[in-house]
Amino acid sequence: MSKLQNAIIGGVRAVLGQVPAAWLPGGTPDPLIDKRVALGGQQSRVDGPDKVRGVARFAAEVPMEDLLYATFVHSTIARGRIVELDTSAAEAAPGVQLVMTHRNAPKMSVPPAIGITNLKAAGNHTLPIMQSSEIRWNGQVVAVVLADTREKADHAATLVRVRYEASPARTRFEVGKRSAYTPESLLVERNRLDKGDAGKKLAEAAFKIDAVYTTPWENHNPIEPHAATIVWRDGKLIVHDATQMINATAGSLAKIFGLKAEDVHVSSPYVGGGFGAKGMWDHQILGAAAARLSGRPVRITLSRASMHRLVGGRTRTEQRVALGADADGKLKALLHHGYGVKPLHSVCDEAFSLTGRSLYASESFDVVQHYVDLDLLANSFMRGPGETPGTFAIECAMDELAHAIGMDPIELRRRNASTRDPVSGAPHSQNAMMAAYDLGAARIGWDRRTPEPGTRRDGEWLIGMGCASGTFPFTRMPGSSARITIDAEGHAHVASAAHEMGMGTATVQRQHTADRLGLPLDHVTVTIGDSSLPFASFAGGSSQTASLAAAISAASRKLATELIQLAGNDTPLAGLKASEVEFADGGLRSVENPARQESFVSILRRASRRELSVIGESGAPLEILKFSMHSTSAIFCELRVSEVTGEIRVDRLVGAFDCGRILNTKTATSQFKGGMIMGLGMALAEETLLDERTGRIMSTSLADYHVPVHLDVPDIDVLWTDIADPRAPLGARGIGEIGTTGVAAAVANAVFNATGKRVRELPLTLDRLI
Amino acid sequence: MMPFGYVRATDRADAVARAGSGTRFLGGGTNLVDLLRQNMEQASNLVDVSRLDGSIRESHGGGLLIDASVRNAALAAHPLVRRRYPVLTRALLAGASAQIRNMATVGGNILQRTRCLYFYDVDGARCNKRQPGAGCDAREGFNRYHAILGASDQCVATHPSDMCVALAMLDAVIHLSGPDGERSVPLADFHALPNATPQVETVLKQGELITGVELPPPSDAVTHSEYRKVRDRSSYAFALISVAGGLALADGRVTEVRIALGGVAAKPWRARRAETALVGRAPSRDAILAAIREELVDARPLSGNAFKIGLAERTVTAVLTDLAGARA
Ligand SMILES: Cc1cc2nc3c(=O)[nH]c(=O)nc-3n(C[C@H](O)[C@H](O)[C@H](O)COP(=O)(O)OP(=O)(O)OC[C@H]3O[C@@H](n4cnc5c(N)ncnc54)[C@H](O)[C@@H]3O)c2cc1C
Repeated sequence: MSKLQNAIIGGVRAVLGQVPAAWLPGGTPDPLIDKRVALGGQQSRVDGPDKVRGVARFAAEVPMEDLLYATFVHSTIARGRIVELDTSAAEAAPGVQLVMTHRNAPKMSVPPAIGITNLKAAGNHTLPIMQSSEIRWNGQVVAVVLADTREKADHAATLVRVRYEASPARTRFEVGKRSAYTPESLLVERNRLDKGDAGKKLAEAAFKIDAVYTTPWENHNPIEPHAATIVWRDGKLIVHDATQMINATAGSLAKIFGLKAEDVHVSSPYVGGGFGAKGMWDHQILGAAAARLSGRPVRITLSRASMHRLVGGRTRTEQRVALGADADGKLKALLHHGYGVKPLHSVCDEAFSLTGRSLYASESFDVVQHYVDLDLLANSFMRGPGETPGTFAIECAMDELAHAIGMDPIELRRRNASTRDPVSGAPHSQNAMMAAYDLGAARIGWDRRTPEPGTRRDGEWLIGMGCASGTFPFTRMPGSSARITIDAEGHAHVASAAHEMGMGTATVQRQHTADRLGLPLDHVTVTIGDSSLPFASFAGGSSQTASLAAAISAASRKLATELIQLAGNDTPLAGLKASEVEFADGGLRSVENPARQESFVSILRRASRRELSVIGESGAPLEILKFSMHSTSAIFCELRVSEVTGEIRVDRLVGAFDCGRILNTKTATSQFKGGMIMGLGMALAEETLLDERTGRIMSTSLADYHVPVHLDVPDIDVLWTDIADPRAPLGARGIGEIGTTGVAAAVANAVFNATGKRVRELPLTLDRLI
Repeated sequence: MMPFGYVRATDRADAVARAGSGTRFLGGGTNLVDLLRQNMEQASNLVDVSRLDGSIRESHGGGLLIDASVRNAALAAHPLVRRRYPVLTRALLAGASAQIRNMATVGGNILQRTRCLYFYDVDGARCNKRQPGAGCDAREGFNRYHAILGASDQCVATHPSDMCVALAMLDAVIHLSGPDGERSVPLADFHALPNATPQVETVLKQGELITGVELPPPSDAVTHSEYRKVRDRSSYAFALISVAGGLALADGRVTEVRIALGGVAAKPWRARRAETALVGRAPSRDAILAAIREELVDARPLSGNAFKIGLAERTVTAVLTDLAGARA
């Protein structure tokens, strides 16, 4: 967030501009880009059978003796303090062991904030937790009730009496906008971008669009609620968690409770969906504190309502986009200004204004975003943070511009496709967005679209088609590591504290390791999900696959070196250097003369070793500072809008993705589809209802917070260019989040094509269409 | 949730005999259990009436007698209902989810409570229905789903049932049994408008059991009936507006018309004014629109639901126009 950060990153970029590309990570393209056996195929998830049989054990299912169940009491005011707190009735209720409030909670430091420099920090906010009577948001936990069953704890929680003294709370967006603040940076980018006098270029443009787009506050709703089973054993804290930040949670809990890092153990082998929300929030901290205070293990499973009050979502946004184009549709100016809510205690950026900086080759840019500081729950990252709301604004504006010019929306994008980073001039590592458009257009039958809105109908239903680009940057986290162990049977075992939220982490890295080491799939196992394993960064920013792949790849190079050493002189490999051998057929062989080879089994046996272990680490991701590395997509939608009721029925979605090489067609399809369905929810239904009078969230159940039901979800086709990114491990950029981007715009653009009505507010509820 | 006792009633008489203060009848529990868990309702005893008679049979007059414990799914699937009262099947299937319909009973559906967000927020919001005199946070808050007809200063909540809209259109009668004996009430008179006492939602007396619902023999307009529900997603959402409509014609003129609206009031709204205005007229789009506008002259929109007036007009017009088209 700082000027200093801008200066450092700007400096590194400037230096890297001079460094030959070959010296940087990916300088020599990964040989597995082309040499694939298991990779690129269709593999079912290795965790699938256990999940289907119900034997995969999630955080709230870990058996434990003497367990207590925790229920939270939430504040009902947004700002002020507790003046009276009566826990006696709750304490006297059947089964209750303890009621923890600020009066008896142990001392805890504030959570260390998630940051790009500290991979062991997981704090989504930086407020003290239960250390005083002060209330900072409506929904903050004011009491934790522990009882021997969940039902008893729930009941007792209703008996806690709290009286507050409210102070004036800032809960209104429009009011807060007047004193909005402007951060220096967003994630690793400078916030303000002013290039080439956009104001003047806009004024002079032959065609212009200038409009305001809004997206509402949204909440994650993973099927598994946040949960943890927590126990203190001999001064050590053990947390069975549902988290996408294993090490960061462990590191943060150590800080908060004043423990040594090695005295906190976090285990999270399975996570029932995360989407950015499954980080560290107050529940693990309060659960650990209550376990310490009660001297017994504690299980906390958030109710859906507690989740909405305690785990942040995606801020609402208000975005002005102005586009100016010449008579041929070439962009002369791109202006993107806007507001989101980010309380000062909130850590995660919703950097929607980064979206338009890489997509199109505009001649000039004027981009900046502001934050409104309100007395609300902190935000978290939510699938495709930044680009998900950002593409809604930019891509609707592009559609509006195409219509104003009278040009096909795909053609408009083709004319403005960037050949290098439009802002920095950095070369793309790889980019074929228009190839994705061609694939998607052919699949949906774009030629059936009539450019004139409101001209296709079936009875009362108006039919329309729309498209939009999606985009998400490539990230690779430094410091992720993996251990490869070769055993006496020549099998490989990979271990890393990486995360499985259902995306297929172990499955894909098993394919990767098999190909990397020249082994059949069934000779490889992958173990993840526990802080006792080699360090891995969080599963976020669509970075985990690349980070882990880089670590395994680094480990494999070490493995080759150590195997050669171990093999000694009595081996066909004698005299060869690690750079002169390759993995093949369950062993090593000379690149030059494949006949010179020896198997793992034979090397280990001769050395009388039962196994050999190495750890590799992913290096600094310098490639992302030298190259412009973004995945892109083309999303297409065909839908109907009832002329009578304004109801929208989406008939088809097609997503064509340019994300580098696809590693597993089955898990990738699921990722893309899941992302697109989330985008569909954003388009049609999702909205967190904040009552601005009280700062209270009113939509705290799935009956009131609408996500798409099966009937809302149409046939979805997923396609990809499968063009390798030579700079990325395995030639693959991340795919976890891009699926969500661009979808809402494609839907809104299709609604315009169907009806002639341009709706710039999400969700696209029927009242906006009648 | 308060600790409570549970007993399964052996028959109606047993159920009524067990009723007392602090005792609640339990149907499928799909609403009551949620309300108990959220501490919005309290009960010391639950008397399970979901496994009583469970029959659907023809009445002497050619109508249908439906036991209150019949599950929503079973009622929707019953051949006589499907054939003679198609509007009821459609309304039932438009409600909730398959799983909930498998559990929910007819009695419980009639007595399900509003989905007002402020009614549900026991800790954080004011609600006159929950706590008479406390105030209503919905009036100036989120009221997209709320009433446009028959609301009061005290309460703007709607009754959320789909089934009841069809029952109102069908002139259904509710049979009750209580400490003072048995009685019957037309469904149209069963639910109360809020007035100054929004906590009083029906004419049901303390300890009274709904034993069944009786449908009169189907008239021509009933056999040709339709239910259309307009909502925020294609399934599993409560109605913003719903319409149960039926139409009979002779010589191009309306001989009988039935219209009931859901999502507009604290009760299923039988649109008698519109019906009267249409009888004897040709069912043109304009005539239908004029008739429904007459029904809605008293509509009072709130900050977040003005769209419902137009939506109700359009939906009624579409339903009746379709029916007229199909019959012409
Ligand atoms: C997520 C969700 C979505 C839903 N969506 C819809 C929808 O779209 N449309 C719709 O119409 N409904 C919807 N419902 C509501 C559903 O229809 C009701 O919950 C259900 O009909 C209630 O029936 P039950 O038998 O489970 O009632 P219960 O929960 O058992 O009881 C409800 C009330 O009726 C009383 N009661 C039950 N039986 C009798 C009796 N015989 N005599 C006297 N009192 C009795 C109980 O004491 C209680 O007060 C939804 C519910 C949920 C949870």
